[in-house]
Amino acid sequence: MNMFKISASALAIAAAATAADARDQVQVTGSSTVLPYSTIVAEAFGENFDFPTPVVEGGGSGAGRKKMCEGVGPNTADIANSSSRITKGDYELCMSNGVTEIIEVRFGYDGIVFASDVNGPEFAYTQADIHGALAAKVLKDGALVDNTAKTWADVNPALPAQDILVFVPGTKHGTREVFDEKVILQGCVDNGTFEALKAAANGDEDAAEEGCMALRTDGLSVDIDGDYTETLARVDANKNGIGVFGLSFYQNNTDKLRVATMSGVIPTTEAIAAGDYPVSRPLYFYVKKAHLGVIPGLQEYIDFFVSDDMAGPDGPLAAYGLVSDPELAATQAMVAAGTPMAPIE
Amino acid sequence: MTDISQFPASGAPPARATSSLMANTPRTLRRNAAEKRFRLYGLIAVSIALTTLAIMLFTIFRDGSSAFVQAKIVFPVAIDAAVVDKAGTRDLAEMSKVTTVGYGRVLGASLVQHLTDRNIVVDGSTEKEIADMISKDAPARLRDMVLADPSLVGQTISFEAFATGRIDGYLKGRVDREIAARDSNVSVLQLDLADAMVDAGILKSSFNWRFITAPDASDLRPEAAGLGVALLGTLYMMVLVFIFTLPLGVGASIYLEEFAPKNWFTDLVEVNISNLAAVPSIVYGILGLAVFINFAGLPSSAPLVGALVLTLMTLPTIIIATRSAIRAVPPSIRDAALGVGASKMQMVFHHVLPLAAPGILTGTILGLASALGETGPLLLIGMVAFVTNYPASPFDGGVMDPATALPVQVYSWASRSDPAFIERSSGAIIVLLAFLVVMNVAAILLRRRFERRW
Repeated sequence: MNMFKISASALAIAAAATAADARDQVQVTGSSTVLPYSTIVAEAFGENFDFPTPVVEGGGSGAGRKKMCEGVGPNTADIANSSSRITKGDYELCMSNGVTEIIEVRFGYDGIVFASDVNGPEFAYTQADIHGALAAKVLKDGALVDNTAKTWADVNPALPAQDILVFVPGTKHGTREVFDEKVILQGCVDNGTFEALKAAANGDEDAAEEGCMALRTDGLSVDIDGDYTETLARVDANKNGIGVFGLSFYQNNTDKLRVATMSGVIPTTEAIAAGDYPVSRPLYFYVKKAHLGVIPGLQEYIDFFVSDDMAGPDGPLAAYGLVSDPELAATQAMVAAGTPMAPIE
Repeated sequence: MTDISQFPASGAPPARATSSLMANTPRTLRRNAAEKRFRLYGLIAVSIALTTLAIMLFTIFRDGSSAFVQAKIVFPVAIDAAVVDKAGTRDLAEMSKVTTVGYGRVLGASLVQHLTDRNIVVDGSTEKEIADMISKDAPARLRDMVLADPSLVGQTISFEAFATGRIDGYLKGRVDREIAARDSNVSVLQLDLADAMVDAGILKSSFNWRFITAPDASDLRPEAAGLGVALLGTLYMMVLVFIFTLPLGVGASIYLEEFAPKNWFTDLVEVNISNLAAVPSIVYGILGLAVFINFAGLPSSAPLVGALVLTLMTLPTIIIATRSAIRAVPPSIRDAALGVGASKMQMVFHHVLPLAAPGILTGTILGLASALGETGPLLLIGMVAFVTNYPASPFDGGVMDPATALPVQVYSWASRSDPAFIERSSGAIIVLLAFLVVMNVAAILLRRRFERRW
């Protein structure tokens, strides 16, 4: 028994010593929004190619990009999924760590929807309604006042008189950026608060934008730092609650959720592809070019990801809720050529 | 205190004549009542704990037991040579160019054909709707079968495919027609078809071994997801943690307890061990990422790294348990051994260690049990991932291959969008509990086996 233990430990240590060898599977990390798409591709890739299935991790867009930017070598990730474009800071981090060439791949779009309990009333929002309900400061009779709206009918008489309670993605989510920019800021401009804030800040647009995006803190707007399953659980528990979800998540939970229209448009992949539904965002993945040709299967994986069979309008990604990119052909050519992205200004 | 206050400070004690053994004095009554109340509090505490446990177990089993059952469609599949082997050469390299999409068409066409043959028709249903009832993982399995045995091409075989998660959910009562009407992933006609197929005996639910053996699957095919990779990863990690912690933990404890001089340095070590036992586990994950992956260059997602991190995490617990087990051996045993001329080492290994073994094993297995349920540190070393290739055998360097672990699988399924994954998440908890029960039973059996009394 003792001899066995000693030899087993020796074996493990010997195995550890030979660790620095190249690995034989692709490693992907990053956004939890892109994660399901990435696993669908990885699974199909493992089934149809003679390479092992790539290992896909979640953890968030920012964390994933930082992980990829740690450096070059087999113990760093090859691909970072991201639900927002890489930031200048992350790009520079990559550069300073020797990751000088990154291929930026935009493979499709994702819609962001507002959904409430399935047995509740129907909602038809505009961005201005959402801003009016959630912003800290709103315009009332031409003056900037603290937001005191209690029900949706207070914001817009056309909406049901249901108490306001919205579960918005926390600030660490890529989704929050889109929510801020395409819903809150747009709504702020639409209902005139932006102009009023700008005037109050003596024409400073940045200050006005910041004022627009400041959400009320009296508990009617709740930040959710977990993922969509947590938002769903909160909506389940608070029948008055409105949750912010990804389109594909909503499509898988139509038994519990009722989706709201935005400016009169029902969120569907078709409406997003046509540009009718206003709240959508591009999805990206970033590839470390130095690993192409070193990690077996990496080039094949990214080619396969953007192929029509996967990311095309009839592919499995679209079936899961991805809005196919109309410029996919250009992306395919770019990926095949391995063109690195231009530096971020 | 009360005893004294019973008597007036001055004056004679109360007349004794009234007290009798048959009739309780008010003081005794109060004492007895206090005792009864205390017992009641104890009972309440125990029942609250038991109720919570019962509620927890009940919800887990209610939500999770259905994960072990799966709707399966059994039908003859004609493996069409025109699709899977266009060249007709039975050349594997050529045949492997046909992707799962082609095999999916073969399966879909066969099911449509079989339903027509059996005269199962639902008005308005399209061939696509019929084909879409088959799980997306079936083509991959058929492809593997054909590539493993090319002689199957051109034959008609009986094939068991999983039904999709929605159809499965319908048989389990999770999906109904009202939901299906709103759901873009399933249609009411498909549910009608499912009813007809159940009546014809083509579609039925049975125990799903693949939930335990199969690897994880993507969001498009929750029905195919299994615990295989997670179970192997957990097994590798637990064996490695056992191998790493036992010699280290026991060695350190014996030295500290029996040999180490009592001075400020050993005191410092002792205090630090107790403190380390209370360090949040995520800290060990950060340490593991920095030391084992970034510095030592070990691969991420590997069970070996997971085991090293969990070893660091459980060592303090095991050292504390082992030291108290060694301390519990009566000093008379040591004195007797030394008295008949044994060396200090002989005393430890011949007498103290065998007597302390049951306690050491119990402590070690309890330490392992807490390591078994740990997710935090694994998050940082990349084990919370989508892994579908089984790690190789441990003698082939399998401890360096990517794998996940049971608690990690629970977590990652719980955060997926398809409701079928929520059921599987609870199912994984049941497997994890079973794993725990096995480990604890092993602890009890080992303790019984080695127990000595004096």
